[in-house]
Amino acid sequence: MGIESALGEGYLTTRLDKLINWGRANAAWPMPMGLACCAIEMMAFAGPKYDVSRFGSEVFRFSPRQSDVMIVAGWTTYKMSHAIRRIWDQMPDPKWCIAMGACASTGGMHRCYGVVQGVDNFLPVDAYVSGCPPRPDAVIHALMKIQDKIKTEHSVLLDT
Amino acid sequence: MSLELNDTLQTLVDGLTENFSDKLIEVYQSSGDTFVRVEADSILEISKYLKKKQHFVFLCDVFGNDRYTSDERFEVVYNLMNLRTQTRVFIKVRVEEENPTLESVSSVWKAAGWNEREVYDMFGVRFENHPDLRRIFMPEDFEYFPMRKEFPLLGIPGSIELPNTTPDTE
Repeated sequence: MGIESALGEGYLTTRLDKLINWGRANAAWPMPMGLACCAIEMMAFAGPKYDVSRFGSEVFRFSPRQSDVMIVAGWTTYKMSHAIRRIWDQMPDPKWCIAMGACASTGGMHRCYGVVQGVDNFLPVDAYVSGCPPRPDAVIHALMKIQDKIKTEHSVLLDT
Repeated sequence: MSLELNDTLQTLVDGLTENFSDKLIEVYQSSGDTFVRVEADSILEISKYLKKKQHFVFLCDVFGNDRYTSDERFEVVYNLMNLRTQTRVFIKVRVEEENPTLESVSSVWKAAGWNEREVYDMFGVRFENHPDLRRIFMPEDFEYFPMRKEFPLLGIPGSIELPNTTPDTE
């Protein structure tokens, strides 16, 4: 018994759920929703210095149909919220959402009539990142939290 | 208070006094800028005059102002520039709260188009003969004018619709 002997014979055993979650967690492609200055930090997050490809999320997809994690980076006006929700609805399940920065999380300093006070008013947010704007490491931390979340979810098995 | 006017501004004030003496209300200076307040019904004539005769060819900005007074509540300020001498002047007009209407100056300066739309969007001052007077920032079915003083800071709940959070398939 033991993993060594199993590998020695050229195969290993695992649960299908775990295998799929492992794959999903390490290939969470982001949908960049760059609306303001946070988008610059989001670019740094994908760039070579912070190098999010270590976590399998370097492939910024500009098509919602190919992405798994929406990063809402910046303040959201009521007018823009309709576009964001529409893109979110076009993303295939399973999907996750990061509210990046103070504005996306709570409205931030834009405490006024035109700005939605937090994107959780119309999106199911999985991770909130504080900061104005947050450092790229903080966004990576949020991504790692989402990876942890993905790994504990049911994927093939239905939660009945 | 004595005015410190350079040659361009002196010509401007003299010209306005000569041609529009009954329309000119006051000329004053503050923080190094010169302000000229005129009667609201003469804004189009004065604009044409300033552009043609005084070379104020560049309209930098138009903005509104809610003075929150019982008479002549709204003020519209035109920020003009003489590009020959780099001289700036602000022209002000005041309108009443009840049915605030002004003549559009977009026939004189094309740049006024969007600026006047913004003043209309934020304060509800209507501009007559404007080529396309629609809201510019707020949704078109929005019923309020958000820069008026009585409008609450966080807006009126439910006045702007949020997207539907239930997908169509459910």
